Amino acid sequence: MTTLDHDHSDHGPAKGLSRWLFSTNHKDIGTLYLWFSLSMFFLGGLFAMVIRAELFQPGLQLVQPEFFNQMTTMHGLIMVFGAVMPAFVGLANWMIPLMIGAPDMALPRMNNLSFWILPFAFAMLVSTLFMEGGAPDFGWTFYAPLSTTYAPPSVTFFIFAVHIMGASSIMGAINVIATILNMRAPGMTWMKMPLFVWTWLITAFLLIAVMPVLAGVVTMMLMDIHFGTSFFSAAGGGSPLLFQHLFWFFGHPEVYIMILPAFGVVSAIIPAFARKKLFGYHSMVWATASIAVLSFIVWAHHMFTVGIPFAGELFFMASTMLIAVPTGVKVFNWVATMFHGSMTFETPMLFAIAFVVLFTIGGFSGLMLAVAPADFQYHDTYFVVAHFHYVLVPGAVFSIIAATYYWLPKWCGRMYNETLGKTHFWLSFIGVNVTFFPQHFIGLAGMPRRIPDYAVQFADFNMVSSIGAFFFGSSQLLFLFIIIHTIVAGKKAEAKPWEGAEGLEWTVPSPAPHHTFETPPDVK
Amino acid sequence: MSARMQKSALAVLATYLCAPNLFAEFRVNMPEGVTRISEEVYSLHMLVFWVCVVIAIIVFGLMFYAIIKHRKSKGAVAKNFHESLKVEILWTAIPALIVFALGYRAFFTLEKMYDYDDSALTVEIVGYQWKWRYSYLMDDAAKEDSAQGTQFPVSFFSNLITPESQINNTEAKGEHYLLEVDEPLVLPVGSKVRFILTSADVIHSWWVPQLSVKKDAIPGIVNEAWTLIEKPGTYRGQCTELCGKGHGFMPVVVQAVSQTEFDQWMLGKQDEARQKASLNVKTWTMGELMETGERAYNTYCAACHQANGEGLPPAFPALKNSAIALGPVEAHLDIVINGSRVNPAMAAFGAQLSAAEIAAIITYERNAWGNNTGDMVTPQDVSNFGSSQ
Ligand code: HEC
Ligand SMILES: [Cu+2]
Ligand SMILES: [Cu+2]
Repeated sequence: MTTLDHDHSDHGPAKGLSRWLFSTNHKDIGTLYLWFSLSMFFLGGLFAMVIRAELFQPGLQLVQPEFFNQMTTMHGLIMVFGAVMPAFVGLANWMIPLMIGAPDMALPRMNNLSFWILPFAFAMLVSTLFMEGGAPDFGWTFYAPLSTTYAPPSVTFFIFAVHIMGASSIMGAINVIATILNMRAPGMTWMKMPLFVWTWLITAFLLIAVMPVLAGVVTMMLMDIHFGTSFFSAAGGGSPLLFQHLFWFFGHPEVYIMILPAFGVVSAIIPAFARKKLFGYHSMVWATASIAVLSFIVWAHHMFTVGIPFAGELFFMASTMLIAVPTGVKVFNWVATMFHGSMTFETPMLFAIAFVVLFTIGGFSGLMLAVAPADFQYHDTYFVVAHFHYVLVPGAVFSIIAATYYWLPKWCGRMYNETLGKTHFWLSFIGVNVTFFPQHFIGLAGMPRRIPDYAVQFADFNMVSSIGAFFFGSSQLLFLFIIIHTIVAGKKAEAKPWEGAEGLEWTVPSPAPHHTFETPPDVK
Repeated sequence: MSARMQKSALAVLATYLCAPNLFAEFRVNMPEGVTRISEEVYSLHMLVFWVCVVIAIIVFGLMFYAIIKHRKSKGAVAKNFHESLKVEILWTAIPALIVFALGYRAFFTLEKMYDYDDSALTVEIVGYQWKWRYSYLMDDAAKEDSAQGTQFPVSFFSNLITPESQINNTEAKGEHYLLEVDEPLVLPVGSKVRFILTSADVIHSWWVPQLSVKKDAIPGIVNEAWTLIEKPGTYRGQCTELCGKGHGFMPVVVQAVSQTEFDQWMLGKQDEARQKASLNVKTWTMGELMETGERAYNTYCAACHQANGEGLPPAFPALKNSAIALGPVEAHLDIVINGSRVNPAMAAFGAQLSAAEIAAIITYERNAWGNNTGDMVTPQDVSNFGSSQ
């Protein structure tokens, strides 16, 4: 028997397409996830442009209500499941092994599978647009019975697509957990792990807990539609409310799945550019864990108007308001980190600071929404639309963009152009606020969400919001240009391009070689 | 941008800049409303808002202070503090106290909103794709009168009346564009009105911002809400739960009037109901049925089945020469009264139309467009079919 004892670091990736199709390398798979997410971001963004174009003025101009509903549904589904979640999985793939000193993810073949089923899921989802009866048109929350008895035939494809996305997420989460539990370098104790690793570990547990619930919900829909059951049909003894309870039991943790890794990113970037250690590391970990635990007992705050009993209403109001506490702790810690630092404002830092401010604004409107009596006025209006776009766009999305600028030199060995990066930041910052801030006003003034046409008193702010959206949307093309420009023509980057950055990822060369940490680093 | 688009964009902009009065109300906040509850909700909303503003000023103030003062370009050198249990406890405890206080304040408003007792009037609200039905429920005394034929149940649909031409921009939009209905819900001021809500198809949500009432209308579930309006006026709202393609087109309009006006209006409605009821028992001639049937058909059915009975296949089948229109009357009664069992687009009209209207429509469908069955369906046939189920 020959011993297969050779050094891996000399053989590079396979050539051509097979490098990507068959890759089990965490960096390649991370790259695939990130490009996939970016393309979905543009597709979902395109749908958003259709929505905002129709809402530019009162009256029906461009699309019919049927198609409008398909656009809102597809926009939501694609942004949540296609853009934000895969982006974080991509970041996890690239960065977690580098941050904990592991040679790769724990389950590399499953890693390949969990990525490669995604394009099929989304191809199927998008293909429903061309089916008879049109794409799903019941909102990304797909409430029954609109999504069962009254759904277009394409709902079956939607269900299948959600199953695949769920499987992909669960596999991704298992991989993250297995990697973090088993593959940390010697000396990388729990309380030395970077916060990005911590937040992802907790996120992965959330994913494993709630993705099966989502799979269960869509399976019950499938049974109702095709096999004569009545889980969600009142006529057959079921209840449309059961759907909502199950959906939001998944749905609320889902919003934290989209924001906890963002907390991790920001907790890496702010100390780097403040040249000062993260304030309150321990409390950050505990705050993240308590947010995750609380996220399981707040789901019915999405259902204040469905007629839950008084005691239920009180309970969910209280638990939801409680989440503001650990979330506040995080914000205070970030501010304290900046305080008495030695700050510079490169593009990642700009996006991170904007994250802190604008995410907090989203948090404030979240606190307002938690107040049940007031929620009767806010619920299902543009106020809610403004709220969750504030936490998702300048929240989750800005953190992903910040992460991209921060780690891009490590990924491709080249530096982006700082002037272009800052331009991108300011365009995005202005665009996002012009788009979403007026939506608070429209909502408070009484405009429901998900309507293709509106009363004339909402006209002015809708036009402002649409102009902002076109502005924001087109400025993201600059982001794409910057990334490509960096990869093709960026200046060579050093191993550690940021003066104040800390962590194992900066100890390997830029670009990070195909194989890293084959002998575990020594963590002091 | 093409030159044409540029021009029209400019034109739009010009209209907006030159005619600010066109869209007079430039609302940026929740209305205070016209009930005690809505005022309370408004002040709660403002309270939480100002609390947030104060916190924001402190937190962002400190942050921007640091951003301005503690920058490397100003020669700032990073200090080395990064942990303080005392501070952490402080900024956990203070927000916890604040949210506790807010929750405590909200508790009392919520408790009032959940007190449905002692109402003077109960209105049943049923959501349909895409209209509302309002029924004034009778108390026990009224039910007795009703049994003797001196009281009649008052119930009607409330439909959007904004014309297509305004929606499609071929005509200027009216003042209450998309917020106007044929028959508003009329309520008396100064007395407590209880609503019970449910739906005939998908989930809808009934919302009037000025009353601070929003409750979901869910099939198979009966929800409650209440209001006590203090000021006469017309209050407009919309459905707030996505309910299909017409979701943006099912407004809620409440007209609050004095008790005397309300009683008068109720008498008028009673008269109408009496007349309708008499139509159900009177003896109809074929000619009368055909005439009434044509009118009702064009109102309720022609949108899908078309005035010429040819439908829009494959979505909406033709009734001209159709198996059901030419076949046994029972099957025809069944689909119109109970709706289609396979396609929810064909709704159950039994609860929406009177026996006389259904009889007239069916008679019309069985004899118009060359469907010369000669069948005459009477209101009694419809009631008998209904009670035989
Ligand atoms: C929203 C559209 C819509 C409206 C309005 C509507 N229908 Fe229908 N109707 C349908 C559809 C769709 C079917 C086919 C149902 C099926 O496949 O079971 C149908 C089927 C029928 C049939 C059976 C036709 C056949 O031969 O199979 C009759 C009769 C009928 N409708 C009568 C009416 C009457 C009477 C009204 C008005 C009171 C009405 N419909 C209003 C959509 C509509
Ligand atoms: Cu939630
Ligand atoms: Cu609706």
